[in-house]
Amino acid sequence: MAEPIAVLSSRYDVPDAHTLEGYKREGGYSALPQALEIAPGDLVAMVKEAGLRGRGGAGFPTGVKWSFMPKGTGKPTYLVVNADESEPGTFKDRELMERDPFQLLEGIAIACHALESERAFIYIRGEYLFPGMRLEEAMTEAYAAGYLGDDILGSGVNVHVTLHYGAGAYICGEETALLDSLEGRRGQPRLRPPFPAVAGLYASPTAVNNVESIANVPWIVERGVDWYKSLGTEKSAGTKLVCVSGEVKRPGNYEWPMGATFREIIETSCEGMLDGREVRFFAPGGSSTPLLTAEHLDVELDFDAVAAAGSLLGTAALMVYSDKTSVVEAARNWTKFYEHESCGKCTPCREGTFWLSQVYDRMLSGGGRPQDLQILDEVCDNIFGRSFCALGDAATSPIKSSLKYFRDEYEHLVEHGRLPDGLEPHAGIITDNAARHRPTDFAQPATVRAGSLR
Amino acid sequence: MAEARTAERAAQGEGHPSGDERFALLDKTLRKARYQQDQLIEVLHVAQDLFGHLSEDILIYLARQLKLPPSRVYGVATFYHLFSFTAPGRHSATVCMGTACFVKGAEEIVQQLEAAHDVRSGQTTEDGELTVSTARCVGSCGLAPVVVVDGVVTSHQTAESTLAHVGEVLAKEPTEAST
Ligand SMILES: Cc1cc2nc3c(=O)[nH]c(=O)nc-3n(C[C@H](O)[C@H](O)[C@H](O)COP(=O)(O)O)c2cc1C
Ligand code: SF4
Repeated sequence: MAEPIAVLSSRYDVPDAHTLEGYKREGGYSALPQALEIAPGDLVAMVKEAGLRGRGGAGFPTGVKWSFMPKGTGKPTYLVVNADESEPGTFKDRELMERDPFQLLEGIAIACHALESERAFIYIRGEYLFPGMRLEEAMTEAYAAGYLGDDILGSGVNVHVTLHYGAGAYICGEETALLDSLEGRRGQPRLRPPFPAVAGLYASPTAVNNVESIANVPWIVERGVDWYKSLGTEKSAGTKLVCVSGEVKRPGNYEWPMGATFREIIETSCEGMLDGREVRFFAPGGSSTPLLTAEHLDVELDFDAVAAAGSLLGTAALMVYSDKTSVVEAARNWTKFYEHESCGKCTPCREGTFWLSQVYDRMLSGGGRPQDLQILDEVCDNIFGRSFCALGDAATSPIKSSLKYFRDEYEHLVEHGRLPDGLEPHAGIITDNAARHRPTDFAQPATVRAGSLR
Repeated sequence: MAEARTAERAAQGEGHPSGDERFALLDKTLRKARYQQDQLIEVLHVAQDLFGHLSEDILIYLARQLKLPPSRVYGVATFYHLFSFTAPGRHSATVCMGTACFVKGAEEIVQQLEAAHDVRSGQTTEDGELTVSTARCVGSCGLAPVVVVDGVVTSHQTAESTLAHVGEVLAKEPTEAST
């Protein structure tokens, strides 16, 4: 029986953890001085040995990625922190940056030392004004106190951080599109190879890492590789911030060790489903990960275990839907998202997502035809594996998986022109589960909120 | 006097022939960005904060200042969802929320504006008359708190002075100068 745990989130409930004083009082900045004593190569080896896997979605081992960075190229080396967080259902990085921004800055300083990089960029999504403000304040304090800048803590190591706001494009979370966007261009994916590690930002060696991945680094340095490996499973070490949304009693961000089951998370942290509802389907890691059903609730939070169950751990954005909710409507909603966010660079994704969305609209307005299911299948097959980047593949996830597990709902819809009785299009929109684990708008100035986001 | 300043700036290749002071603020941002082409998105953010939207005129102006082809500026601006190209309300009030303005009470100004006109910042009143918005920093910290009303920079504002000024502007008959 796994228990929730507070490592990355250990300071979340401390009201002033976002100030340097609060952060240090709660044990912050004890890893950086230690890390500065360690040779860069040894730090990379430590992160590799600890088994940290990327938290941005793909689960690629962070230490291995760092070890690919060529040395002595004569060009600068960059660290780019991916804070674009636009995957539907995902809100872990936002809370981390709002409540504990120094944790990220400490991680950046250590990572830069490990990579022998003097400049890091944080690419934060344009809507994240409040987290951005928190980060800006933290950066000012960190520079003034010598935790960032030239010769940090007298070590001779220089680390400069630049915060860059995105401008609203999901695709800019994809690492190569992100790099183009950072360079002031349209954010469209680049052809690989060359990989960013070799030729990334301004054609220089670049490591792109998710916020949560970087926030793990100080803990590995401070508590040690063995401690880190003792959390989680053999192949997925450490803890995971799980963002739960949907028809549960208490949605929110919860930290669990890898290896916990989805059932444990829903029942313990979220106090179960809303009254009178049962799990029908869920996305384990955001909208890009194939849906799973009630029978998969005992699958473990582990990159390989979720893959074995036919889905992906992704960002661990757990979106839970009940027996009252139509999966076809949910799939239409996600399809509209991908149609809107397709960057237009390649034909399968640009055209395919458009046609998929048309078919959903036709079916759900009562004009579905039996061959529509086959059209969905075929269009998905033409997108999957034929798209330029992973967004195209992701667009097919909710469709293929819902057709696999809930074909009867689709068949009923095209046969009768309406959803089966008892299923509602928008049962996911509910107002009675607003009770949050933590108030999320605690110190938020009234002027920085959704209303001022254009 | 304002015309003299505008003419002076125009002679230096800065500012905009229309004399709209927001272009001068945009120039400050451009200078801070050292006219680097890769700063385009940051500059677009500021331009939109200032003008409420990105008109063709603004895009061409930025293209010229950054020495980029207009197609590139247009292509980038239209790619991102946060940029909009249609004019918001007939009048606009943009409150700077940069640090200097913030500590001198910019938030109070926004709250009072919102309350007085029943609108939230980033939005336009129902009658389409007034858009209230906030900007991250318009780069005039010495004049804090700054509110840009219909393209005119007003300095050292208080909630009362802003409300009075906006009230006057709204009461005026529509003129060509109003955006
Ligand atoms: C369409 C798309 C969107 C993505 N969005 C994000 C994102 O918002 N944040 C993120 O960290 N990674 C995102 N990724 C994954 C990144 O490409 C990249 O794998 C990740 O930032 C690497 O960091 P990590 O190794 O620390 O996980 C996205 C990938 C794709 C294909
Ligand atoms: S798959 Fe979609 S998002 Fe990716 S490059 Fe192609 S069109 Fe763009």
